Amino acid sequence: MAPVEKDPVTGRYTTGHEWDGIRELNTPLPRWWILVFWVCVIWSIGYWILMPTWPLLNGYTPGILGYSSRADLETELAAQKASRAVWLNRIESLPAASVEADPELLTYARAGGRIAFEENCAPCHGIGGVGAFGYPTLADDEWLWGGTIDEIEQTIKFGVRNSNPNSHQSEMPKFGADGILTPEQIEQVADYVLTVADRSPVATLPGAAIFAENCAVCHGESGEGNKEIGAPALNNQIWLYASKLGNQTPEVRNAEIRATVISQVTRPRHGAMPAWSERLGPGTIRMLAVYVHTLGGGR
Amino acid sequence: MGHTHESSPYCEAVIRKFTLAAVLWGILGFLVGDFIAWQLAFPVLNLDLEWTTFGRLRPVHTTTVIFAFGGNVLMATSLYVVQRTCRATLFGGERLGSILFWGYNLFLALTLLSYVLGYTQAQEYAEPEWLLDLLLLVVWVIYLAVFAGTLLKRREPHIYVANWFFLAMILTVALLHVGNNLAVPVSLTKSYPLFGGVQNAMTQWWYGHNAVGFFLTAGFLGIMYYFVPKRAERPVYSYRLSIVHFWALIFLYIWAGPHHLHYTALPDWAQTLGMTFSVMLWMPSWGGMLNGLMTLSGAWDKLRTDPVIRFMVTSVAFYGIATFEGPLMAIRSVNALSHYTDWGIGHVHSGALGWVAFISFGAIYFLVPKLWGKSEMYSLRLVGVHFWIATIGIVLYITAMWISGIMQGLMWRAYDSYGFLEYSFVETVKAMHPYYVIRAIGGVLFLTGGLVMAYNVARTILGKDAATAPALQPSPAR
Repeated sequence: MAPVEKDPVTGRYTTGHEWDGIRELNTPLPRWWILVFWVCVIWSIGYWILMPTWPLLNGYTPGILGYSSRADLETELAAQKASRAVWLNRIESLPAASVEADPELLTYARAGGRIAFEENCAPCHGIGGVGAFGYPTLADDEWLWGGTIDEIEQTIKFGVRNSNPNSHQSEMPKFGADGILTPEQIEQVADYVLTVADRSPVATLPGAAIFAENCAVCHGESGEGNKEIGAPALNNQIWLYASKLGNQTPEVRNAEIRATVISQVTRPRHGAMPAWSERLGPGTIRMLAVYVHTLGGGR
Repeated sequence: MGHTHESSPYCEAVIRKFTLAAVLWGILGFLVGDFIAWQLAFPVLNLDLEWTTFGRLRPVHTTTVIFAFGGNVLMATSLYVVQRTCRATLFGGERLGSILFWGYNLFLALTLLSYVLGYTQAQEYAEPEWLLDLLLLVVWVIYLAVFAGTLLKRREPHIYVANWFFLAMILTVALLHVGNNLAVPVSLTKSYPLFGGVQNAMTQWWYGHNAVGFFLTAGFLGIMYYFVPKRAERPVYSYRLSIVHFWALIFLYIWAGPHHLHYTALPDWAQTLGMTFSVMLWMPSWGGMLNGLMTLSGAWDKLRTDPVIRFMVTSVAFYGIATFEGPLMAIRSVNALSHYTDWGIGHVHSGALGWVAFISFGAIYFLVPKLWGKSEMYSLRLVGVHFWIATIGIVLYITAMWISGIMQGLMWRAYDSYGFLEYSFVETVKAMHPYYVIRAIGGVLFLTGGLVMAYNVARTILGKDAATAPALQPSPAR
């Protein structure tokens, strides 16, 4: 204990307590502090009267406003559903091509399709459908499973190589891994495919005969591809399993493409896509089809 | 009993250990925190290794800064303060203190290792699996025994306010730890929580919020109540305020947890309760701020001359900011905007970096010369450097997170005229990228400040000329 003293700076008296040299002033509670504290308490009590608050044995005090966050949510969802229904009913009842032909519906479907695309499709296909390694670009006019609006809608609905019975199914043979072609033959066919991609196939190359015998049945005589079975066209410079075309030198690019063709012929990769009809409603899928079809490359 | 330093009749070897551990853990915690901040800006830094992914390193960061840095600071300061304000040596002496030190730090080391290896209960701030939880329980009971035992031995008629806060922290943390970790073990490394669904969520946030309220608030208010009047050499502003705000804080905090679960499966009535108790908590929190700041009446000039006081005062100011922001964010309609956004991260860090770390730095700079028999830190100028680097770091951090968080919340709820979302999730992530970089730069500054402190502490300890060390004087650079 220490004597009660007057602090010369503040004019307050000390309490007479002392610990390790620390003393305390006998300052009263600041008036504004008490006031704000009571305001908070009274506000809280008011809130308790208005809102559900105190638990009881069988339930809780509901509050005089009858607030329920769950009921609020249901009201909001119902209101939004009703406002969308006006549009979605029309979109669902018309063929996709007619939706696209109607300027008003087209604007609506593209707005709805864009956000649905970015939340569901962009993780693989990229914002705006720019594509990524292993995921086709949707903004160009090259299509694996067809680029008409109905074909696009079909692909979105049922997907590719999944367990849905209506999904697109196809598989390229493992020419190398299953011993159908020797490593040397695969290199030869890769060299030939590079000339096909340049649209100047060199028929005298040893790979030409191998191509005609093994590849042309799906990819076409001149590498034009087959959308019925999702066989990619080879007569262009679009490669699913190559890096984005940057500023590589032609030699570096060719070496990469050659390696990717060899790898794909030896032990092919097979991309898959979910059946979105199992997750999204028919209106959303139709809007997605319109959006993708109008990205720039729709047929 | 171990009078290990000639000038002190108290047990101080164990305090020295806790102080050094706090500095070292602090550096590690800031380092990991900043690394994961860079990971958020540049995901390639996850390094494609399971041990270095954000998911595993994030609990390493939170546990290291809260329980390793914060915990060692709390044990160092509380055991120092309780001896001096009770005029009694530590209950159990250096020996029990040493068991406490090694037990607690063993728990921390094992826990951090277990996270990196992928063992977790997946409950925020309570990630350790059940065996480690039991180890911590044993250690914590020892802590309670040492602290309360010393209180009982006191040769002062009254218990000083700092010790009320420390004791409230120790008791409540024990209760929270046991309550939230009730689990059914299925193997040595795996258990399932006793409560399921929303009951488990409620228990978790009763724990989580009060880990903030008692570990990071009550405990550090205890630090403030001793070190601020000591360093300022002024009496505590108001004894009455300390009593009233202590009891109001202790009573109100424990109810506030449900504000972490607004708009979830938690019943509306529990949300309302949590929200109103959070609002009522505002003034009790500010009572602590007032008592800290107003204790400087008559010593404000020391802000110019003493960087250690500057750390303490700034920390109390950040405490005031965070405890105003907290009740605001607990209001349901504000929470609708702020919840799940970076605003929450900014709020936590204005409390963690501004309040908890700064009051800790102040206490460490006060303690180190005392514990190693020097008259002052090796360089007060470097303390000032630490202060400014860390302050700029905090300002960058929290302003970046405020902007990014509010922007994120607004983008999430933006609808176009057709009623479709204006922005996809990935667009919000892209918009936040620059703020993530600014935040991580703020973290580099904060970490750099920590390294300056470690250097200063090492030079102080290793320095020879205790008697001729410069007295508390302003450095010419300021």
